[in-house]
Amino acid sequence: MQLDDLKALVAKHIGARKKIVLRTCMSAGCMSSQADVIKRNLEAEVKAQGREAEVEVRRVGCMGFCGQGPLIGVDGLSAKEKLFEFVKPTDAPAIVASLQGAACDVQVGNPDHPFFARQMRIVRANGGIVDPERIEDYLAVGGYQALHQVLTEMQPSEVVDEITTSGLRGRGGAGFPTGLKWGTVAKSAGAKKYVVCNGDEGDPGAFMDRSVLESDPHIVLEGMAIAAYAVGADQGFLYVRAEYPLAISRLQTAIKQAKALGLLGGGIFESPFNFNIDIRIGAGAFVCGEETALMASVEGKRGTPRPRPPFPAESGLWGCPTLINNVETFANITAIINRGGAWYAGIGTEKSKGTKVFALTGKIKNNGLIEVPMGIPLRQIVEEMGGGAPAGGHIKSVQTGGPSGGCIPAAYLDTPVDYESLTKLGSIMGSGGMVVMDDATNMVEIAKFYMEFCMEESCGKCIPCRAGTAQMFHLLEKITQRRGTARDLAKLEELCDMVRHTSLCGLGQTAPNPVASTLKFFRSEYEALLQPDPFGPRPSVTTQSAEPVTL
Amino acid sequence: MAAKTLIIDGKAVSAEEGATVLQVARDNNVAIPTLCHLEGVYDVGACRLCLVEVAGSTKLQPACTTKISEGMNIQTNSDRLRKYRRLTLELLFAERNHVCAVCVSNGHCELQTLAYSLGLDHVRYDYVFPKWKVDVTHRLFGMDHNRCILCTRCVRVCWHIEGAGTKNVAGRGATARIISDLDQPWGDSESCTECGKCVMACPTGALFHKGATAGEMEHDRDKLEFIVNAREKQQWLP
Repeated sequence: MQLDDLKALVAKHIGARKKIVLRTCMSAGCMSSQADVIKRNLEAEVKAQGREAEVEVRRVGCMGFCGQGPLIGVDGLSAKEKLFEFVKPTDAPAIVASLQGAACDVQVGNPDHPFFARQMRIVRANGGIVDPERIEDYLAVGGYQALHQVLTEMQPSEVVDEITTSGLRGRGGAGFPTGLKWGTVAKSAGAKKYVVCNGDEGDPGAFMDRSVLESDPHIVLEGMAIAAYAVGADQGFLYVRAEYPLAISRLQTAIKQAKALGLLGGGIFESPFNFNIDIRIGAGAFVCGEETALMASVEGKRGTPRPRPPFPAESGLWGCPTLINNVETFANITAIINRGGAWYAGIGTEKSKGTKVFALTGKIKNNGLIEVPMGIPLRQIVEEMGGGAPAGGHIKSVQTGGPSGGCIPAAYLDTPVDYESLTKLGSIMGSGGMVVMDDATNMVEIAKFYMEFCMEESCGKCIPCRAGTAQMFHLLEKITQRRGTARDLAKLEELCDMVRHTSLCGLGQTAPNPVASTLKFFRSEYEALLQPDPFGPRPSVTTQSAEPVTL
Repeated sequence: MAAKTLIIDGKAVSAEEGATVLQVARDNNVAIPTLCHLEGVYDVGACRLCLVEVAGSTKLQPACTTKISEGMNIQTNSDRLRKYRRLTLELLFAERNHVCAVCVSNGHCELQTLAYSLGLDHVRYDYVFPKWKVDVTHRLFGMDHNRCILCTRCVRVCWHIEGAGTKNVAGRGATARIISDLDQPWGDSESCTECGKCVMACPTGALFHKGATAGEMEHDRDKLEFIVNAREKQQWLP
């Protein structure tokens, strides 16, 4: 298919649209609150009230304000979009009637709320706007034009240069410069190369990648295709965890549609470039988010990591050079190509460019997905956008980076959110989980929770991670049950150091982070739980009780 | 192949390109403790005992899988490394039920020897005392999971020297274990050729010959080496 054919298709699709659009969020969050029933009821009601000629009900992806869902956005009624919150299936008649000015008691959201106003949407630009199951919708917002531009106007090395210029860093957590990674794979010798998208999002409380895959699957496919052209690959694998069935089915639909239009497969845009994408479904192991374990899993082997080097860029899938990036990294690519690397580099801080999607959860008023420019102070996210702790509570700490991250105490809320600043505080950017804790939260319990998670998710290959996390969990259990002594705390700290420096892969190397960071900032909470050590140093005579000893 | 020069523990040595740090160290009589490494099968870098410090790298590197490069400066026996190695062994001893006095491999056990050599006279961590079973369904051999350290040597010799593919790893974390075929009793295994290479390869007494009693079993590592040399170097005389 040529670009002109595509444009004709889009024009026809846009021409068929109706005046008023009811955008119904059909992402996993809202679906769990019967969004599918709501959509069915709305469609029936539009018919019943005879408004079919001007009103259409559209399935869309995540709008972000998940805590207020199910959400319905209304376009075409007034200049500003209208947003209905907490919609129930029985609200359908009132909502459709309200389009003609009737009174309606469904809660209406404020689109100027800081939760929306402070956002900057690049990765999630189409979330809540396009129908994730119709490629025409994605094409209508300029989809696949970046791929066309790359294939017809750019050399692969120019694509890599553009990404390097943008300053984009890996969004999976470690923040490795994406341009450098692409350049390494492009330069690696090998007739066969692969592109892999890591969608094995496993951090507790994180749902950024799921939302992108469910709301806008094509943006990821297009990013992968551009990457494949840049590095010289012709086969891609999209690794998604089985816990995301909706994302998997939408990706399958998207791949099928893109293939039908010649945007994936052989001879894309009638050029000599071929690229196929296959989906690989993870079987529930957290460690398969680690790139070498993920590759073993794609190859059909037991998902355990192996030592690096060799890095995947040199020797990855079946020994071939392989590019592995996270879902969110790929979702940034089309915007960088369309608007230029220099534009992207203008967003964010000196070393952290662009935006980052966070899943804001925990003890906070406004839960949901946000996309903010790098460098935004943490305080703006949790206090202005998130609205602070609910019911008179105070924010005590913000956990970023999941089980590999750490807890940032409230005193450091003015820290800018970028890779270096968070690392300096003993946490990490991570993939984007942000769990807010209020003053009722026991930090030792939090550390124990994450340690239990790491212990259960350790693959068992290397000793420090397998046996070390088990001992650390045991020590934390002892301390929380008020059976621990100062010597147990010392052992815990000793293991923090040892497990971090000797483990084979990132899971073990970062598993002590939640303990280390809570020990750094909330040590008194640990100490308050400690018991006197019966085998420890004896108290000196002067500190003994002054009471006379009686029989 | 080009020769490379590097420094191990302050001593300048030369070696062939493509060699691992462990090979070069052993060629030059520098002892680096290992557990999962076994001559003749590929390395997995799992036990973390052979970690060494490489100047210029913030991360410790496993000697068994790290290839040498020109001008490398390697420290194999610093205080920090000795501390980590002792801790690794402590964790292993606390993890399962290693009771030397009643073990077939007492006196011929790599885990025991390493503990002696690193001066490990007691374990400060709480023993986990897990309940593991013993599989004695096989005609000739037994598997005592209580003594297993999951080095996966048995898995690697079974797949890559014998080619039978009987042994495998199942489960994860502390519940990971060595299985036969599709987690069947070893005696019911249809792929096992009864070659006994897994028993030869085991560093502890986890895999043993039936009928052996405490301290009686010695691992015949020479036989493994003989097979590998015969196959890879066409060298049939020991």
